[in-house]
Amino acid sequence: MKAITSFEQLEGYREKIKASQKKDLPSVLICFGTGCQANGAVAVADAFQEEIVKKGLKVGVNIGLKTTGCHGYCENGPLVVLRPKDVLYLKVKPKDVPEIVEKSLQNDTIVERLIYKDVNTKETIAAYHEIPFYKYQKRIALRNIGNVDPKSIDDYILSDGYKGLAKALTMKPDDIIAEVEKSGLRGRGGGGFPAGTKWRSCRAVDSDVRYVMCNGDEGDPGAFMDRSIMEGDPHSVIEGMIIGGYAVGAKQGYIYVRDEYPLAVKNLQAALADARAFGFLGKSVLGTGFDFDIKISRGGGAFVCGESSALMRSLEGKVGEPRAKYIRSVEKGLYDKPSVLNNVETWGNIPVIMQNGAEWYASFGTKGSKGTKVFSLVGKVNNTGLVEVPMGITVRELVEKIGGGILGGKKFKAVQTGGPSGGCIPEAESDLPVDFDSLTAAGSMMGSGGIIVMDENTCMVDVAKYFIGFLVEESCGKCTPCRDGLPRMHKILSDITEGNGKEGDIATLEELCDVLTYAALCGLGSSAANPVHSTIRYFREEYEAHIRDKKCPAGVCKSLITYSIDASKCTGCTLCSKKCPQGCITGERKQAHVIDKSKCIKCGVCKDVCNFDAVRIE
Amino acid sequence: MAGQVRKKVDTKQIDKIIKSYDKSEESLLAILQDFQRSFQYVPEEGMKRLSKYMGVPESKIYAMGTFYKALSLTPRGRHTCKVCMGTACHLKGAGQILETIERELKVKRNSTTEDQRFTVESVNCVGACAMAPVVVVDEDYSGHVRQSKVMDILDKYK
Repeated sequence: MKAITSFEQLEGYREKIKASQKKDLPSVLICFGTGCQANGAVAVADAFQEEIVKKGLKVGVNIGLKTTGCHGYCENGPLVVLRPKDVLYLKVKPKDVPEIVEKSLQNDTIVERLIYKDVNTKETIAAYHEIPFYKYQKRIALRNIGNVDPKSIDDYILSDGYKGLAKALTMKPDDIIAEVEKSGLRGRGGGGFPAGTKWRSCRAVDSDVRYVMCNGDEGDPGAFMDRSIMEGDPHSVIEGMIIGGYAVGAKQGYIYVRDEYPLAVKNLQAALADARAFGFLGKSVLGTGFDFDIKISRGGGAFVCGESSALMRSLEGKVGEPRAKYIRSVEKGLYDKPSVLNNVETWGNIPVIMQNGAEWYASFGTKGSKGTKVFSLVGKVNNTGLVEVPMGITVRELVEKIGGGILGGKKFKAVQTGGPSGGCIPEAESDLPVDFDSLTAAGSMMGSGGIIVMDENTCMVDVAKYFIGFLVEESCGKCTPCRDGLPRMHKILSDITEGNGKEGDIATLEELCDVLTYAALCGLGSSAANPVHSTIRYFREEYEAHIRDKKCPAGVCKSLITYSIDASKCTGCTLCSKKCPQGCITGERKQAHVIDKSKCIKCGVCKDVCNFDAVRIE
Repeated sequence: MAGQVRKKVDTKQIDKIIKSYDKSEESLLAILQDFQRSFQYVPEEGMKRLSKYMGVPESKIYAMGTFYKALSLTPRGRHTCKVCMGTACHLKGAGQILETIERELKVKRNSTTEDQRFTVESVNCVGACAMAPVVVVDEDYSGHVRQSKVMDILDKYK
């Protein structure tokens, strides 16, 4: 490929590939996200290839076939989408492929057993955009994911890729920044700091060298939108960074990616190489005289490196410890030079904001939180996966309309947002609009957008202990409140869940929360108390039940529960007694079984294998 | 260095990895990660050679080796079994899955079985939350794992 050296050449190239596309070609799109690949998407893609050839047809001539990034509905993978018909098939196996080709590609019928069936209404829906999971979404950051092949730059260019860059390069840097400011875009990584303001501060610092960086060290447990964007639409991140680099006056960009995301690294590397070959990166981008390039750096599996100053130390090849908050990275960031660090999703929004304008973007969302946000809706909900919705949607709409309600018809208890730095919002508060400011006011935070749904079988003390345990492991150990305060809190929470809680524990926890909030060095430490704070705020009675009554109302905390078998439900199938690692379940075939509680280690195997829901937890 | 198991390592391979990067401190973490991929751990010899090549004190490289979770200073098993302990997995019973693996393989989390077959690790979110609970063996993801079926997954790895 000869590098493109002008805007006219880029448009000419776009027209050329557009013209070479066959209109209305029946096409198969196979999701190649991590989830679908784990469920066997590779074998499905091979089966399509084989079947098409077997029928004497040609890929690209009679039938289109491509693999794409994540559609978000990972729960039901492998997903297969048919275009232009807009049909979605779920849980496709290689043995289904011949039937799909014959019925839905060569003819115009639907394979009924593979389409979506609503668990609540039992209604079946074939059309992709009519399924509740997709119907209420507005996909901006995820605009291309699932439509383009992440390994094909042509595919990205066909979807108006690099149009935003071409437009930005005709503008003055200050005007680009003004546009980003006007769009109201706030950082999608957790902090919610206005992106335009950050860029302007960086540009204002007098320096010959500046850097732009992309934070792809997505560490919040329960969130995976950045992974999906880097894997499924790497060019959108790259294009956003080039625009950012031009606007703030940087020549070098860095993408810091989690080591746990090998596919993201692979797809980004391929996309960078293509972008260089096409002249979007390197010397004189698109012939404008602006030089810019991007390097990838793999993280080392340390959660704290998602914190901005720690990330920069790690990029420099050092131990990733944060530094005091009063030094701003827009002034002294990477190598002590003015730097802009934005999250993957933030960068991915930039090209369309440039292309469609700030007003268009700001027409979505609420007064203080513009645009859309990608959430990972996971936990005890029927439809789990990635969803992108306008800011301001309520928690209840997310859980009930898009998520299809709670798994197994259980009771909705709470959602946890914001990762380990966030908090829990109870069902009673779930008409709360989801935006930066409302979540903070409710004692949680947006974080990177993980929405973890909890049902009546979730113990809130256990959840608090879980997050504090996570933070104990991930604390870098530099400042005392975080290094010593967290283990202390963890010990108290462990005691409570083990039945050794005592009066006054809640007050001690609250005091420790305050110390952490006000005295810790970095954002990780100062927000670390949120999980405890918010669960005490909304679920104090559950803490009290553990401490006073030595009971875990949700039936989770091992020391406070016992397993037994409900004789009225037990059919005497003997499965549990065969699987019990302790051999402590006895009973005659076809007779109710009994657990010897003195030997039971409460491992839960019996409950997992029982087909009759006869194992009770009290 | 304490705890380091002395084992003959291929010094040519070490040098090859080091030389494939720019002579810049920026490359330190990437080189250590390549050691990890190549040898399943970061060998002492590797850290020594890296220190000499880059002109960076050994202590600094050792500090990185202990700070980053992706790096291990002791040899690992033939297979790495990661049990995801992300929030979604935790809610869906990942703890019980990990306990089952520990019990069946007679190994504690974050250590290696005696026969060197598995290194069992608990990890904080692999980013596949929609399939929770998740177990990753080497590079293979398994989702919706059930406590009673997890050993069937591990049995495939010898």
